[in-house]
Amino acid sequence: MRVPLSWLQEFVDLVVPLDTLVERLTLAGLEVSAVEHVGADWPRDKLLVGQVLEVKPHPQADRLVLAVVDIGRGAPLTAVTGAPNLRPGDRGQKVAVACEGAELWDGTSAVPRRMTLRRARIRGVESVAMLCSEKELGLSDDHSEVLLLDPEAPVGRPLQDVLGETVLEVELTPNLARAHCVVGLAREVAALTGQRLRGWPPPDPLAAGPHQARTSFVTVHSADPQLCPRYSAALIENVRLGPSPLWLRQRLRLSGMRPINNVVDITNYCMLETGQPLHAFDYETLQLRQGIVVRPAAAGERLRTLDGVERVLAEGMLLITDDRGPIALAGIMGGEDTEVTARTRHVLLESANFHFLSIRRTAQRLRLTTEAGQRFGRGVDSTLTVPALLRAARLMERLAGGRLHPEIADTYPLPPAPKTIALRPAEVRRLLGMDFAVAELQRLLEALEFRCTPRHDTEGAYLDVEVPSYRLDVSIPADLVEEVARLHGYDAIPETLLRDVLPPQRSQPLLEGVERTRDILVGCGLTEVISYSLTSLETVRRSVVDAATVDAAAYLRLANPISQEREVLRRSLLPSLLETLRTNSRFRKRLLFFEIGRVYEPQPGEELPREPRRLGIALSGPLLPPSWHYHGESPEQLGYTHLKGIVETLCQRLNVPEVRFVPASHPSLLPGRTAALELGGQRLGILGELHPQVRERFDLPDQPVALLELDLEQLLAHRQPRRYQRLSRFPAVLEDMALVVDAEVPAQAVADAIRTAGGELLRQVTLFDLYTGDPIPPGKKSLAFSLVFQADDRSLSEDEVRVLYRRIQQHAAATLGAQPRQ
Amino acid sequence: MAETPLVEQLVTLRQQALAELAQLADLNALDAWRIRYLGRKGALRQVLRDLGRLPPAQRPRAGQVSNEVKEALEAAFAARVQAVKQAQLEAALARERLDVTLPGYPVSLGRLHPSTQTLREIVAIFADMGFQVFESREVETDLYNFELLNIPPYHPARDMWDTFYLNERVVLRTHTSPGQIRAMQAYCPHPIRVVLPGMCYRYEAVTARSEIMFHQVEGLAVGTHVTMADLKGVLVTFARRMFGEQRRVRFRCSHFPFTEPSVEVDIDCLVCSGQGCAVCKHTGWVEILGAGMVHPQVLRNGGYDPEVFTGFAFGLGPERIAMLKYGIDDIRYFFSNDLRFLEQFG
Ligand SMILES: [Zn+2]
Repeated sequence: MRVPLSWLQEFVDLVVPLDTLVERLTLAGLEVSAVEHVGADWPRDKLLVGQVLEVKPHPQADRLVLAVVDIGRGAPLTAVTGAPNLRPGDRGQKVAVACEGAELWDGTSAVPRRMTLRRARIRGVESVAMLCSEKELGLSDDHSEVLLLDPEAPVGRPLQDVLGETVLEVELTPNLARAHCVVGLAREVAALTGQRLRGWPPPDPLAAGPHQARTSFVTVHSADPQLCPRYSAALIENVRLGPSPLWLRQRLRLSGMRPINNVVDITNYCMLETGQPLHAFDYETLQLRQGIVVRPAAAGERLRTLDGVERVLAEGMLLITDDRGPIALAGIMGGEDTEVTARTRHVLLESANFHFLSIRRTAQRLRLTTEAGQRFGRGVDSTLTVPALLRAARLMERLAGGRLHPEIADTYPLPPAPKTIALRPAEVRRLLGMDFAVAELQRLLEALEFRCTPRHDTEGAYLDVEVPSYRLDVSIPADLVEEVARLHGYDAIPETLLRDVLPPQRSQPLLEGVERTRDILVGCGLTEVISYSLTSLETVRRSVVDAATVDAAAYLRLANPISQEREVLRRSLLPSLLETLRTNSRFRKRLLFFEIGRVYEPQPGEELPREPRRLGIALSGPLLPPSWHYHGESPEQLGYTHLKGIVETLCQRLNVPEVRFVPASHPSLLPGRTAALELGGQRLGILGELHPQVRERFDLPDQPVALLELDLEQLLAHRQPRRYQRLSRFPAVLEDMALVVDAEVPAQAVADAIRTAGGELLRQVTLFDLYTGDPIPPGKKSLAFSLVFQADDRSLSEDEVRVLYRRIQQHAAATLGAQPRQ
Repeated sequence: MAETPLVEQLVTLRQQALAELAQLADLNALDAWRIRYLGRKGALRQVLRDLGRLPPAQRPRAGQVSNEVKEALEAAFAARVQAVKQAQLEAALARERLDVTLPGYPVSLGRLHPSTQTLREIVAIFADMGFQVFESREVETDLYNFELLNIPPYHPARDMWDTFYLNERVVLRTHTSPGQIRAMQAYCPHPIRVVLPGMCYRYEAVTARSEIMFHQVEGLAVGTHVTMADLKGVLVTFARRMFGEQRRVRFRCSHFPFTEPSVEVDIDCLVCSGQGCAVCKHTGWVEILGAGMVHPQVLRNGGYDPEVFTGFAFGLGPERIAMLKYGIDDIRYFFSNDLRFLEQFG
């Protein structure tokens, strides 16, 4: 909300410096996000109030005139102007006069541009000053005529003093609807600076009523008091449509609204001032035998609104109707047929109250955002209708030459019940941790116009607090506690640390496991990334070899995506890891990433999906960072085995034994270079090298990409507690064993066979060489293992080891056809 | 008195051995010299073998000289070995001199994402005050994300959250606050002290200042003596530990439907220390979090009697905190996973 300070000052004295005011408002919840000084850039000595002494025709040009102006000093100046609102013979107007050297906005430029005024000869006549348009002053885009100032403006005064203004921009949270107007803000300022609101409501002989629903000019009726608790209307006769005076246009504009004509401007002005939206109908376009009826629409009713759109209404949307049908969308926008035009003579002014829910629902369904709709949508005080109506009507008398009919139509079927809340000092203490005396509470609350009555019962002194009608946001003691706190100031509340008992502390193995995983992977040289959980089916399809394998129905889809790139919730981390590789491959060769994040799996019959946490890894590029040690690039490229090494390290450090790697296939990965990670017969994930077709689709360089994805929560569930193993005091015996097997036999199977046969005395089996080629026959490979034998209770004899060694060879031969390498 | 031939022999032997020794420059030759002169079958022993045959009167003199010769040769040998080793070392050093300024062998260590780093810092600070992590789901019902938090359908407060919907009843959580309800339902009737970290989503245009996805950390304390003063103490402690002991902290009245009273917390601007600059929009203050006393209706929705229990809650954004702390000017870097950004942290 933008509020010109001079307007605010009509309702409250500003007794503190502006900086202090801004800080107090901000701390009290009315955040002042900006303070704008309009006219601050107007030179005080070169931009002055002038008075036209004479307007003469230009000797050389029909379209131009010479204006002689008095600026209160020296001789009168002559300005050449082509403005249509100064004609030969005119005199007496007050204008904004720019003298030589003044910096202004260029009135003829399409884009905002500064210019400096120079003395010039225009068609042979010397022009030493300029009469400014609104655009040249930066007030609006209007460059069609010369700005005419208020006739009272003192000649020679710097324009800044006459037309300059300070505008506060205030951010209002939804609960502060009451302050969304000049009067409401003034009320807050008064409470925060120890002042009283003044001038509201203005005294008016018609204010007291009583008012009737039936008057000589209209009868008003609310068919649904819940949705329309009140409807008031006044008749202003014989208005003369025209532009509003400068001060009013200026205030509207500074508040962010566009001036239209005096009648419409006044309704907007009063809305900004009081918070009560008003609507002006052209009285003569209405058919009012039955009067005005506020009722919910029937399905399919139509109304052409002010913006020229023919709207088909849904059942229940609240309407203002006359004898013929809808004339306005209640609280949101008027109808085109009954709007005020240049021909309007009599104005029926509506000031009504509507339930916020009904207005919000209608506005959302029609996607129609208006100032009125936003205000009603946050709630408006229903006692406001008549004061606001009178304020606007009197302005129309003053500024549009109209005459207010002495009757006010008013139906008020559902006045709000007065609210009274008991507030005890103990409750304030319980919430704030700070003591307040009853008298202090009363002082603070009364500054905010709460009426307090001190009471006393067995529990002690307390206050009965009567809530002002405009405080729709206050209904429970905690609401009052907030008022006390913000008026007293949060600074005054002490700072304590919790003295309540420490709740039971719980062990959190999963969370600790996740963080441990992160640390291990960082130690392995991987950089953590975090990707969007939202992706597109397009990206998912691109990440697999055969797009037809993607089951679109398995994905959770947003009902209101913000872009096509982010339309579904991911089911895998791999597509975003590929995107991360692509992002970085433009300026890095060596890419090692991991991500720990959730995927989203809809469950049949369940409203909410599973959200398991996955681990994803992507590796590509040189094994080692570039260095002079190996003359530039690392000779080796990252691939499957590096990834497997990381997974093995991870499992070892997390102490998840018994993880198995089983040849497998995956829609994104290369057959023959892909393994499933299995544990206890359960598949935890997959790892392998990216299929070149997918690699090309992601514009990745021609080098292997190793990928992993596994269910981290399942992996962590298999962590075993660490057990210390006593160090044997007896020497270990080291032996090498080379076995020749068929090329298809997995190394893992050979190692398993060795372990099985070696039994408890075989402590360690490590593959140290894999060899094919001469003299190993084609179709065979040689695997060389180093074996460590050890016992806890004795030194192993050479014989014992020899027997074991032979048993291992025999078992490997029997189960895998392995032959000892000669 | 003339010396016996044996003594003269010893003297000659010493001269010859020392002369030879002076020529030697490598350790193998030195060892051979030692064996030749001082070994079990060496020259000195050969000469001494004749000692027994001397007349008794000459023996003491010969024995004394032979000891002198032996000691002299041993000392000379040790000195020579020392000298040769020193010379070798110097030669080796000259040969193997390192350019000690050459870059070291590259070590490959990864990094945590800056959001993770910040989350860990936040969680650790609150852990010291007894707050444990409680996690809750990202895909939520409208009921938990809004209604149980005192935000009924069409309520004006809904304007505060632009929401991604899966359908009319299911949303991507717009804040971690639904976790408050889930924590209360899980722990009622015990007192609660938890932080709830997690990802949240907003239907917003992606700009330097706003993202569709971001982390949030919710805090919740429920008990029989939890007050606004406690909230202030806890949050001031957090702000000073996170941003420095000298930070000034201010509490500003605000509004959230699920807390009453509600506040927002500012610290003096890290860039200008409160003088006013572009980062703090010339106010000298930057907002770090929102908080308040849990609304009685929300306590009730979580199963707690608001006449007996009170609570406070707060919510803060790790990305925003990291941006303030490191001076990051564009939130979009966080999930774009650009190494040039990620490599600047940790
Ligand atoms: Zn600053």
